[in-house]
Amino acid sequence: MSTDPARTERAPGRLARFWDSDIIWSFRSSPVTVVATVLAVLLVLAALAAPLIAPYDPFDPASLDLSDGFSRPMQPNEITGKVFWLGSDGQGRDIFSAILYGSRVSLLVGAASVLFSLVIGVGLGLVAGYVGGRTEALIMRIADIQLSFPAILVALLVFGVARGLIPPALQEQMTLLVLVVAIGLSNWAQYARTVRGSTLVEKNKVYVDAARLIGLRAWPVMIKHVLPNVAGPVLVIATINLALAVIEEATLSFLGVGMPPTQPSLGTLIRFGQQYLFSGEWWILLFPALVLVLLALSINLFGDWLRDALNPKLR
Amino acid sequence: MLAYILRSLMQGLVVMLAVAFIAFSMFRFVGDPVVNMLGQEATLQDRAELTERLGLNDPVALQFARFVGDAARGDFGISYRQGRKVSALIMERLPATVELAVLSALFAFVVGVSLGVYAAIRRDGWIANLVMSLSLIGVSLPTFLIGIGLIYIFAVELRWLPSFGRGDVVMIGWWSTGLLTKTGLQSLVMPVLTLGFLQLTLIMRLVRSEMLEVMRADFIRFARARGIPERRIEFRHALRNTMIPVITIAGVQLGGVIAFAIVTETVFQWPGLGALFVNAVQFVDVPVMSAYLLFVAFVFVVTSLVVDLVYVALDPRLRTGNPAMAK
Amino acid sequence: MSDTTVLSVRDLTVEFVTRRGALRALDQVSFDIGRGEVLGVVGESGAGKSVTGAAIIGLIDPPGRIAGGEIRLDGARIDDLPPEAMRKVRGKRIAMIFQDPLTSLNPLYRVGEQLVETIRTHTSLNAAEARQRAIALLDEVGIPAPERRIDGYPHEFSGGMRQRVVIALALCAEPELVIADEPTTALDVSVQAQIIALIKRICKERGTSVMLVTHDMGVIAETADRVAVMYAGRVAEIGPVRDVVKQPLHPYAQGLMGAIPSLEGDATRLVQIPGSMPRLSAIPPGCAFNPRCSRAFARCHVERPELIRVGSRQVACHLYDGPGAEAAA
Repeated sequence: MSTDPARTERAPGRLARFWDSDIIWSFRSSPVTVVATVLAVLLVLAALAAPLIAPYDPFDPASLDLSDGFSRPMQPNEITGKVFWLGSDGQGRDIFSAILYGSRVSLLVGAASVLFSLVIGVGLGLVAGYVGGRTEALIMRIADIQLSFPAILVALLVFGVARGLIPPALQEQMTLLVLVVAIGLSNWAQYARTVRGSTLVEKNKVYVDAARLIGLRAWPVMIKHVLPNVAGPVLVIATINLALAVIEEATLSFLGVGMPPTQPSLGTLIRFGQQYLFSGEWWILLFPALVLVLLALSINLFGDWLRDALNPKLR
Repeated sequence: MLAYILRSLMQGLVVMLAVAFIAFSMFRFVGDPVVNMLGQEATLQDRAELTERLGLNDPVALQFARFVGDAARGDFGISYRQGRKVSALIMERLPATVELAVLSALFAFVVGVSLGVYAAIRRDGWIANLVMSLSLIGVSLPTFLIGIGLIYIFAVELRWLPSFGRGDVVMIGWWSTGLLTKTGLQSLVMPVLTLGFLQLTLIMRLVRSEMLEVMRADFIRFARARGIPERRIEFRHALRNTMIPVITIAGVQLGGVIAFAIVTETVFQWPGLGALFVNAVQFVDVPVMSAYLLFVAFVFVVTSLVVDLVYVALDPRLRTGNPAMAK
Repeated sequence: MSDTTVLSVRDLTVEFVTRRGALRALDQVSFDIGRGEVLGVVGESGAGKSVTGAAIIGLIDPPGRIAGGEIRLDGARIDDLPPEAMRKVRGKRIAMIFQDPLTSLNPLYRVGEQLVETIRTHTSLNAAEARQRAIALLDEVGIPAPERRIDGYPHEFSGGMRQRVVIALALCAEPELVIADEPTTALDVSVQAQIIALIKRICKERGTSVMLVTHDMGVIAETADRVAVMYAGRVAEIGPVRDVVKQPLHPYAQGLMGAIPSLEGDATRLVQIPGSMPRLSAIPPGCAFNPRCSRAFARCHVERPELIRVGSRQVACHLYDGPGAEAAA
């Protein structure tokens, strides 16, 4: 939409114009999005600052005291009198601290795998669109097959194969890397499709020929022009994929093929907590689960809004 | 039309071969199959014998051909961990997974389409908005948490439903079914809801957005201009056009139910293929992993073939004309 | 308004509400269409032609809305009818033909199913009678072998044939008024003339009035009885087609007709109107055409011209109002 004449006369500053732009306006006018974004930012900041905020170091065996075990949330422990905000687990580990460190691991795996799949997907998409022919057919075929297989299955397979290839001694320390690769490899196809489409459009434009004519390599020119065009859609996919990747990691860890107990993610914490569900220690499960859902939900809400805001057809 | 179906068949075959190649590579190159079968303590002679018997000295192409041939006959070798034929393991666990997956798919499709249509028609109503918001929460809820939540409410607190297993099953030939006993049916409720929920939300959102798209089409506007009642426009003109893209995408997703069953089966200790697969991954039981992969691929190929046939039934442009003209 | 007036539009104003305020797509548009008359409506895209058609048939999509004025069909107001009553008017008394026949028909239903559906919506015919009627209609719009073609799907028809089907659909219930919104724009040039001739013939035979929206002056000159020239959501000039085409009064109409009578003699030359039509959000004060008008004077910048009668027609231009108007004409 255009601005009305009265507004343009004032010639507002850059910041004011940004504040008044359609995209920021649509952000401001959606309270749910604002709340979700604030929540997501808070959760990410808390995870980043875990060592500073966490009242205990949950993975320092020296600091654990078994008599602190099974403290209820916000209530002093019956034996030691210590208060754990969100309670403690059977070994006296502070749930709140464990969640802070756990979401750190979850977000790290999530972000790294999104970056991994983004680089692969965008790269393959560019190659497919630019080179064309058999290379394109092959890449897109693989992308089709990958897309039709659920991410969790692909990730499990990659994980299983990695287990078979990596010597047992190194397995535990390499789990994080394996997870990033496994989740990353299960999500690249969407980027490739989007980027390929955009590349095909750009390839046929005159400036590419022009660049060739004046002796420039077409590649850099293409990248320079294609990337800004796909930035929007790629950002949307990446946002939604971040939520998916966090869930995927949690699922793998829950299935027992993810992060080891020495370096637990939110999924690992939930796996532990499930054991106590029947005996009434609900807080060991509930709080990590709640944080996981809030994290995924707030990122999803932001991604959902971003998709609508960047899609001019819907505006 | 025949050409169109043949092409789908060919595509399915190519996918199967590609997946078979991945499965074969896993079997051949992840770890040493001979060591895996005999254990570390076997003598060199035993190893050489088995290597020869498995044909591991033959050219790789020949090995692959043999692998495909065996797989086509249902022979996937012997599980490293359980020492039994993989085909027997799979047949034993197949009914549990199929019953769970088919019911979940049905539940997800019927409820998902209905809610999606409702949300599209009552676009600005509060129920539609509520359903849409809930669906976003649904997308953000990991399947295993839904399962755990249901177990907590209906098994731990209310004690209405069993928290794990299939209940009593009845054997019909080699097929074990949980559909004929009370405990069997009760045991199905929570796993079906859990497994179907994610697909339900995805289908619902898809139906809604496709239907809103269709409602903007010229032929809908023209139908309005002819004074056709709104109900009729929605349920006759818009719905069928909505279903064409929905069937394609939802079909693929429903095929995925089989694979998503991995998580659900783990949560409910459901004795199906998914639980078998997770165990196989944990212990790098490659023959079972390969067989499961091929099984999932097969389900996918069959589903997409069925989807293509439904597509032909729904869209006259495919029936009478040249397929290229559609879309 | 006389007895022979089918449609009467008075001061029709349509606004689109955006977050920066309401944009006026139509601003006090008034015109009549007589029984059996063909009114051509011309103008650049965005001038408000299609919005006018949509407003009359009650199909303005949100965020658009009728903000003022009234629309009367046979003397009775229809712009304030409840939705269900308006639906019964659509197709039955006012029909509409859209631009693109390729997308106007539902691809999944046979042509006959769509015709029978429409006929049965508006009449009490049973299925068999409706089918007979549908075949007769297809025959009337020039579809060969209609009793066979009625069972064809839209994709089995060519573009021109599909537009004939669309016309048959519009005529199902013998409407009094047909609004044809650029009915030939999407068609091959060779087919355009046939379709226009068909619309004209059929409506003449039935005494149906037509509002023909187009930007093709040739079509208007051949088909219409009267013509309305629209600019930036207003009627600039309206009158008998012969007068307006031969000797347009409004400077914009003069530009649109492609020739201005020159002072030196009867030589004419093709001109292009400089500039472009303002966006709805930036319509200048006074006459909306003033920035592009070579004959604009002080008054044009401050006062919006109303439609005034000049001879056989009405024109909204200060050149023809007040002292000195004769000379300008």
